Amino acid sequence: MLGILNGQVYDPLNGVDGEKRDIWIRDGRIVAPEEVECKGAEIVDATGLVVMPGGVDIHSHVVGAKVNAGRKFRPEDHRDHARARTSFSRSGSGYTVPTTHLTGYLYTEMGYTTVMEAATAPLVARHTHEELEDTPILDMGAFITMGNNHFIMNCIRDGQPGKARDYVAWLLGATKGYAIKIVNPGGVENWKWGRNVGELDDEVIGFGVTPRQIITTLAWVNDALGLPHVPHIHGINLGQSGNARTTVETIEALEGRRAHFCHLQFLSYGGEPGKLPRSGAAGVARAVNEHPNVTVDVGQVVFGEATTMTSDGPLQYRLHQLTGHKWLNDDVEGETGGGVVPVLYKRQNLFNAMQWITGLELFLLVDDPWRVFLTTDHPNAGPFVHYPHVIQLLMDRDYRAEALEGIPPRARKGALLAELDREYSLYEIAIITRAGTARALGLKNKGHLGAGADADVTIYTPLDDREEMFARPRYVLKDGEIVVHDGQLVRERPGRTLYVAPPYDPGIEADLRAHFEACYTISFDNYPVAAEYLPRGEMIPCG
Amino acid sequence: MNEQFTLITGRTPEQGQGLHEGKDSEAYRRATALVEMNPEDMAHLGIEEGQVVRVRTVTGQVEVPVCAGTLPPGLLFIPMGPAANVLIGTETESTGMPPFKGLAAEVEPT
Amino acid sequence: MSPRMSAIRVIENVVCSFCGCLCDDIVVEVDDGRITRVRKVCANGRGLFTHYDPAPRRPTVDGREVAWEEAVAEAAQILDRADSPLIYGLSSTATEAQRKAVALADKLGAMIDTTSSVCHGPTSLAMQAVGEPTCTLGEVRNRADLLLFWGCNPAVSHIRHFARYSVTPKGTLTPKGRRDRTVVVVDVRPTASTRAADLFLQVQPGADFEVLATLRALLQGAEIEAETVGGVPTAQLQDLVERMRTCRFGVAFMGMGLTQSRGRDLNVSELFTLVAELNQYARFCVIPMRGHGNVAGADQVLTWQSGYPFAVSFARGYPRYGPGEFSTVDVLARGEADAALILASDPVAHFPSAAARQLEHIPTIVLDPMPTLTAQVARVVFPTACYGVDAAGTAYRMDGVPIRLRPVLPPARPTDVDVLERIIEAVTVGN
Repeated sequence: MLGILNGQVYDPLNGVDGEKRDIWIRDGRIVAPEEVECKGAEIVDATGLVVMPGGVDIHSHVVGAKVNAGRKFRPEDHRDHARARTSFSRSGSGYTVPTTHLTGYLYTEMGYTTVMEAATAPLVARHTHEELEDTPILDMGAFITMGNNHFIMNCIRDGQPGKARDYVAWLLGATKGYAIKIVNPGGVENWKWGRNVGELDDEVIGFGVTPRQIITTLAWVNDALGLPHVPHIHGINLGQSGNARTTVETIEALEGRRAHFCHLQFLSYGGEPGKLPRSGAAGVARAVNEHPNVTVDVGQVVFGEATTMTSDGPLQYRLHQLTGHKWLNDDVEGETGGGVVPVLYKRQNLFNAMQWITGLELFLLVDDPWRVFLTTDHPNAGPFVHYPHVIQLLMDRDYRAEALEGIPPRARKGALLAELDREYSLYEIAIITRAGTARALGLKNKGHLGAGADADVTIYTPLDDREEMFARPRYVLKDGEIVVHDGQLVRERPGRTLYVAPPYDPGIEADLRAHFEACYTISFDNYPVAAEYLPRGEMIPCG
Repeated sequence: MNEQFTLITGRTPEQGQGLHEGKDSEAYRRATALVEMNPEDMAHLGIEEGQVVRVRTVTGQVEVPVCAGTLPPGLLFIPMGPAANVLIGTETESTGMPPFKGLAAEVEPT
Repeated sequence: MSPRMSAIRVIENVVCSFCGCLCDDIVVEVDDGRITRVRKVCANGRGLFTHYDPAPRRPTVDGREVAWEEAVAEAAQILDRADSPLIYGLSSTATEAQRKAVALADKLGAMIDTTSSVCHGPTSLAMQAVGEPTCTLGEVRNRADLLLFWGCNPAVSHIRHFARYSVTPKGTLTPKGRRDRTVVVVDVRPTASTRAADLFLQVQPGADFEVLATLRALLQGAEIEAETVGGVPTAQLQDLVERMRTCRFGVAFMGMGLTQSRGRDLNVSELFTLVAELNQYARFCVIPMRGHGNVAGADQVLTWQSGYPFAVSFARGYPRYGPGEFSTVDVLARGEADAALILASDPVAHFPSAAARQLEHIPTIVLDPMPTLTAQVARVVFPTACYGVDAAGTAYRMDGVPIRLRPVLPPARPTDVDVLERIIEAVTVGN
C-alpha cells in the first residue's frame, strides 16, 4: 500500500484540474479511497507538489532494425553522451540514438512511463521485441508498417477488403504489434523503382492502386477490427514545399473515419513546390479543427543534432541529396523500406526556422488539446529529452517570444506565430503528454489516476522554469514502485509489451502460404513472433 | 632463389569440410597445409606438384606442399588455418583486421 | 523387416545457422534422439547438424572434469582477479547469449569484441563513414537484374546463396530466373564463383580501391586516359558502369576480398559510395556477405546495448569504441588482456599466431558446443548446447532478418545463456 498525499492532482481523463487529492496505490494499481487501509502504508508527502499520471508518448523511434542501424552508423552521436553503469543499472550511450537501457532510463527520469515505438517492419518485428526486452521500466508497444504491403495492395486491387481485414488481423498477431502504421502509402513501393508518389490518386507501380485507396481501406479495416488505436499515418510528400495541400486532402479523404496524423509539422508547409516553404499550419490546423475524427502529434523541431529515420525511403534519399550527409537505406521485401540520415537543425537556417515556427503554430492553432499531442518524432525533429523545453515554449509566451527573436528576421517576418499568445495550462500539458495520448491509443489503464489505472505516477516540483520542472521530476512511480527520486533513477525493473491479437478467418492461411512462396525468402512457419519474445506481454482487447 | 609473391588466404570447400571433422583431424590438416601456385611460376622456380616449399613472410615461415592452381602469376593462395596463421602478422592499421590478404611472401624449394 | 518401435520425426523449416544465409527450409529427420538425415542443407551447414555430439559432457578445469558449479566458480574467480579481462567471439551463438555476454562485460568493466573484427569490422567502419544503401534478400530475388559480387566467393562460403537468393531463383520480377539477370564477379583470381558469372573482372591484388574510384569517376562522366586500371581494361570498366547505370535494380555483395586486403575499410567505403551514387541513375543496394554463424546478431546486440558494433571497452564503467585499440588481435598482440572468455568462436584456429599464442599465456575460459583448438589451451571449458540443434534462440541473417532457431533434439546440456547467467551472478566485481 502506498499513498501519495496532499498533492495538486492533474488528471484530465477524470476531470481533476489541480485539486488537492490523495492517490492510493495497491499491487501496482490505483485504488479507490474507500478500499484503502492506511496502516503500514508507505507515504509520499506530495504537499506543494504537482501530481500527474506518468507520461505517455504516442510516437517515438527507439527500438528495432532501423533505430539500431542508426545507432551503429553514428558512433559520433554516442561518444560524448555516455552513462556509466551502477550497481543496479546498465551503462549506455547516445544522444539522438541512445542505447536501449539508456532509453528506458532517460524517459523514466523525464517522467514518462509508456512509449510507443512508431514504426516496425513486420519482417523484422522479432528484432523490435528483442530490443523491447532490453529497454527497462517503460511499458511499450510497436506500430506495424502496412502502407506499402504487397498482400494488402493485392487485396485492394482485387476488390477484397474483407481479406485485407483478415490479413491485418493475422499480421498484428504474428508481429505482436499494437497498431496499423501507414508511411507514405505507395511511395515507398515506388521508391523501389526509383520513384515516389505526389498525389493521393497516383498509381503504385505494379499494383494499380492509389495512396487514397490504401488509406481508406486500412481505415475501414481498423474500424472493422475494433483496434484500440486508429491508423497512424505519416502522409505523402513529407518535407516538401506546399505539402499542406495533400495533407488536408488526406484528412478529407478519410470521410469521417478515425485516424491519427503523426509529426504533422513536417506535412504542413505552404509555398510552392521546389521553392523554400512557408508555414502552412493555419490551413492544416483549420482542417484538424473541422474534422473531430482526427488526432495529431506535432513532431516539433528542436535546434541541434537530430537523426532522421523513417520508413519513407524516397524521403530519406532526398535528405541525403539535400544535405550530402551519409545515408542508410533499407528496402524490405514485400512490405516497406526506409532510411536514416543525420541532420542538424540550425536556428539561422531559414528552412529549419520555418519548420520550428510551423510546429509551434500547430500547437497554438489546433483548439482541442485532446487532439494535438506533444512529440518531436524522436529522433527526427529532435531528441525526446527536449520535451520539457517544448513544454516551456507552450506554457510561457514570453519565453516563446524571446525564442522567436532568435529566429532570422526573414523567417520571422509575417509569421503567424508572433501573434499567437495562447499559453498552455498545466491541465492542457497533462492532456497533450498523457491523458490525450493514452485515450487516443485506447489504453484504458494509462494516462489517468482513477481506480483501476496502472500506478504510473509522476510528481513534479512546481517551478516557473517549466523546462526544469518537467526535466527533473521529484518522483516517478511505475506500477506503484518509486523508480526515480529527484530526477535520478533509483531502481530498475522490467516493463511490459502491449500488443493486440484480433481474431481472423483461419481460411486465409492458404492464401498466406502462397504469398510467402511467391514473395518472401523466409518460410511462413518461421515468420510469426512467438510468445517467448514477450515474457511480460499484455494483450489489449479489440472491439 | 627468393622471388617476391603476393599471398592471399581464404576459405576452400575442403577447409570448410575439415572444420566440421575437427581442427585436430587429418582432413583439416591436409586441407589447410598447402600452397596454391600458378603453374608457370612453379615451372620458373623448378617446383613440382606436391613438392614441399618454404613460404616466408616478414612474420614467419612454413613448409607446405605445393599444388597447381588457377591463379594469376605472382599470386599465392593458402587456405585459412594453422599454416596461414604463422605467416600473418598482427598489424591491423587501427582497424582490428590483420593482413589476411595481400602479404608480401617469398617461396623457395626445400 | 521388423516394425520400427520408434517413429522417425521429420522436422521441416529447420534453420541452419552456419553462415549468414540462415536458410530456414532445412529438413531434419530424427530417430531415437539422433539426427539421421538432413536434407536441403549445403555441405557447410551439414556439419553443424551431423558433427555435433549432443551427449552431455562435464566442464573441465585444467583438463580435469568438474561439476558445473565448480567450473562457474573458477571462471568467476579468473574474471574477478583480472584487471583487464577480454570477452571475445559471440558469433556462433544465439542473441539471447550474446546479450548476456555484453551484460557480463558491462559488469566486469571488460573489453568485448566479436569475430567482426577479423571479418566485417572494416565494413562497419565504412558504413559509419559513408552510410550503406541496402535491402533484404527477398528484394534481390524478386527485383535484381544486375548482381555484382566483389571480393567474395559465395560458391564456397555461402553455398546456397546463388540458388536461394541471388543468381538462379525465380522471383516476382525475375520469372526467368538466371536469364533475367546479369552476374558480374570481381576477384583477384578465378574461383568457383567467377565460373558462374557473365562477366569476370580480374583485379590485381591491392588494387580494388583504384578500380572502384575509377568506376565512380566514369559514372560521373570522367574520361580515363589509362588503358587499364588495377589490371582491368578501362573499356571493361566503362562497360560495367553502363550496365550498372541502366539496370532496374542492382545489388552488390562484398566480402573479405575488400575487408582483408590493403585499404580494408577504405575499399568498402569506396564501394558503398559508388552504390549510393548509382542511385542517381538506377536503384542500387549492397549487402555485406556476413559469414560466421550469427555474427550479424552479435553486431546488432552489441550495438543496441553499447552503441558500438565491435571493439568495445567498458573499463571506465561506460562503453567506449576503439577499433585498433580494443579489437582482439591488437589487444592480444600487445599483451593487454590478462584473462579471456571466448564465447562460440575459435581464435586459436583463426588468428595470426602471435595473437593466438597469447591465449595460452593468460587464463582463458571457453564456452562452446564443439571441442575447439581454443578449448585445448583454455583453463576452464564449458561444453554448452548448440543453438538450433538442441537449444532454442534467435539468429540474424546477413540482411538483418532475425529468425528463431528451434531445437530438433531434446535439451541435454546447459546453454551459453545458463552458464553466462551463473557467471554474472558469481562475479563480485561490479556489485
